[in-house]
Amino acid sequence: MKVKQISVFLENTTGRLAEVTKTIANAGINLRAISIADTADFGILRIIVDKPDEGMKVLKEADFTAKITDVIGIILDDQPGGLMKVMDIFNRDGVNIEYLYSSLINEKESVVIIFKVEDIDHGLKIVEKSGLEAISSF
Amino acid sequence: MIYNKEIEQMNVTQMQEIQLKRLKDLVKRVYEKVPFYKKKFDESGVKPEDIKTLADISKLPFTTKNEMRETFPYGLLSSPLDDIVEIHTSSGTTGTPVVAGYTENDRTLWSEVMARCLAMAGADKTDTIQNAYGYGLFTGGLGVHHGAGPLGAAVIPISSGNTQKQLQYMQDFKSTVLTCTPSYSLFMAEVASESGLDFRNFDLKAGIFGAEPWSDNMRVEIEKKLNLKAYDIYGLTEIIGPGVSCECQEQNGLHINEDFFYPEIIDAETGEVLPEGEKGELVFTTLSREGTPLIRYRTRDITWLFRDKCSCGRTTIKMHRLLGRNDDMLIIKGVNVFPSQIENILMKIENTEPHYQIIIDRESTQLDNVELQVEVEENFFSDETKDLEIVKNRIHDEMKQQLGISLNIKLVEPKTIERSMGKAKRVIDKRDLKAGEK
Repeated sequence: MKVKQISVFLENTTGRLAEVTKTIANAGINLRAISIADTADFGILRIIVDKPDEGMKVLKEADFTAKITDVIGIILDDQPGGLMKVMDIFNRDGVNIEYLYSSLINEKESVVIIFKVEDIDHGLKIVEKSGLEAISSF
Repeated sequence: MIYNKEIEQMNVTQMQEIQLKRLKDLVKRVYEKVPFYKKKFDESGVKPEDIKTLADISKLPFTTKNEMRETFPYGLLSSPLDDIVEIHTSSGTTGTPVVAGYTENDRTLWSEVMARCLAMAGADKTDTIQNAYGYGLFTGGLGVHHGAGPLGAAVIPISSGNTQKQLQYMQDFKSTVLTCTPSYSLFMAEVASESGLDFRNFDLKAGIFGAEPWSDNMRVEIEKKLNLKAYDIYGLTEIIGPGVSCECQEQNGLHINEDFFYPEIIDAETGEVLPEGEKGELVFTTLSREGTPLIRYRTRDITWLFRDKCSCGRTTIKMHRLLGRNDDMLIIKGVNVFPSQIENILMKIENTEPHYQIIIDRESTQLDNVELQVEVEENFFSDETKDLEIVKNRIHDEMKQQLGISLNIKLVEPKTIERSMGKAKRVIDKRDLKAGEK
C-alpha cells in the first residue's frame, strides 16, 4: 500500500532537472508523478516512477543525492469535492500532511493524489478504515 | 613625531647591545621559571650561558602555535599568576585558544609600543582617535586604547560595528585618526556614500589598519574614499597584540619595535636563519615580556626584513608588508580560521566527513564575503525542504558560534566541488591581497 517516492537534491542551476529526466529516460523508466519543492538556492525533486529501485540505482550512478520515501497514493473521484472528502477524513482522524501533489495518472473518472503524511502507518490505517482507495503500485 | 627618539633613532650597534642583554636575561629567566622551556632547551642541548652573541639565538628551539595550545592556559607563564593583570586570547579558534598573559610591565610595554605606532602614523596628543577595533579578548581594541594613553591622545572606545553611529561620532567628535580593520574602513565608506556623506567634510587625517591582510590597491582605494592616509600596522596576540610594527609616513615597510621584539626570517623548511632581504617566515622573540614570553615564535607570516635610511628618521629595522602565510590559516573579517576547524564543526553536525569548499570574496561589498558550500550527502538529505533548511541554519549557527563569523551556507549537489589529485580543493580565495604590490 506504500508507494516508493524518489527524492532528488537539485541546485537551482540551469540544466539540472534536464539531467535527471535524461538519466531516467535513458534507463527506460517511466515517470508517474512529479513535483518540485524549491527554496532560494536549492530544490527537491520528488518523483514516482514505474521502477523505483532501478530509478534509484541509475540516479546514484549519475552522482545525484537521492533517497526513497514512502508515500500514499489515493485514488479520488475526478469531480468537485473529490479532494475535500479525503481532507475531511484526514483532518478528522489526525493525519498530518507534510505535502501532496498530483500524479500523471488520470483515468476517465479518477485521479491519483500523492500524500506524504507525518505517520504513514497511521495514515494507511485511516485510509483503509474510511474506505478510501490507495494505489499499491504504478 | 617620533615617540621615543632615544630608542627609535638608536644606532644599530647600541640597539644590538640592548637586544643581547635582554635576550640573555630572557633565556635565563624562562629556563629557570618555565618548565616547558627548560625541557625544550635541555632536549636541544642548549644552556642559557650558551647565548653569548645575538647570532647564538639560532641555537634556541622554535616555539609554535600548537605548543601554545598544548600549554593552555598558563603553561608559558614566567611570572606568578598574581602578577598577571590582563589576559587575551587569539581570535577565532575552536577548542583551545592561545593565551597571552600580561604583567603590569607587559602592559606598560604594550602601551609604549602602541604609542610609538600611533606616532608613526602621525598621531599626537592633539588627536582624537576613533578606535573601531573590537574591544574584548581580541587585542585590537585594547591595544590601541593602551597606546593612546601615554601619547595623550583622546580615544573614542567605540569598538567595531554600528556603522551609522561610527559616522555620526566621527563628525560630532571630529575624529582625526581611525583605527579598524581595512575592510571595515571600506565598509564605512560605502555606508557613508549611501547616506550622502562626503569624507572630504570629515576631519580624518590618518587610518591605522591591521588585523587582516590587505593590498596596496586596497590602500589606494581606502585613501581615496576616506580622504586620509592609510597605515599598515602589524601584531599578533601571541607576541603582544597590535604594536609589533607599523608603517611611518613613508609607507614603505613597517618599523619593528625591535628593542622588544627580536625578528628573524627563517627558511620555513629547514629552520635556517636567512639574511636581511631574503624572503621567509617571520619569527619573533619577545625580549622583555614577563607574562607569556616567547622564544623564537613562528608566526607563519611570510615577509622579509630590511634596514634603509628612512626619511622619517627612525633607524629601527623594517619588515615588508606581509606577503602571505605558510600554513592554511585564513584571515576572514579579521578572524583567524583554519579549514580544519570548519571541517570539525561540519563533522559534528553531520557525523561524517563532509565535502565542503570555502569561497572568499571581497569584491562587491568590501567586507569579506564567505560562502561555505557543503555537498548534500545521503545521511542528511531529506525529501522535505524544511529539514534541509534546518541543517543549513544549524551549520550557519555553529560556525557563527565557534568561529565568531557569519558565513553564507550553500548546499550543493555531490561532486560539484572540484577534486584535484583525489583531494578536494578546500579554499578558493578570490581576494586579491597582493594587488598593486611594489
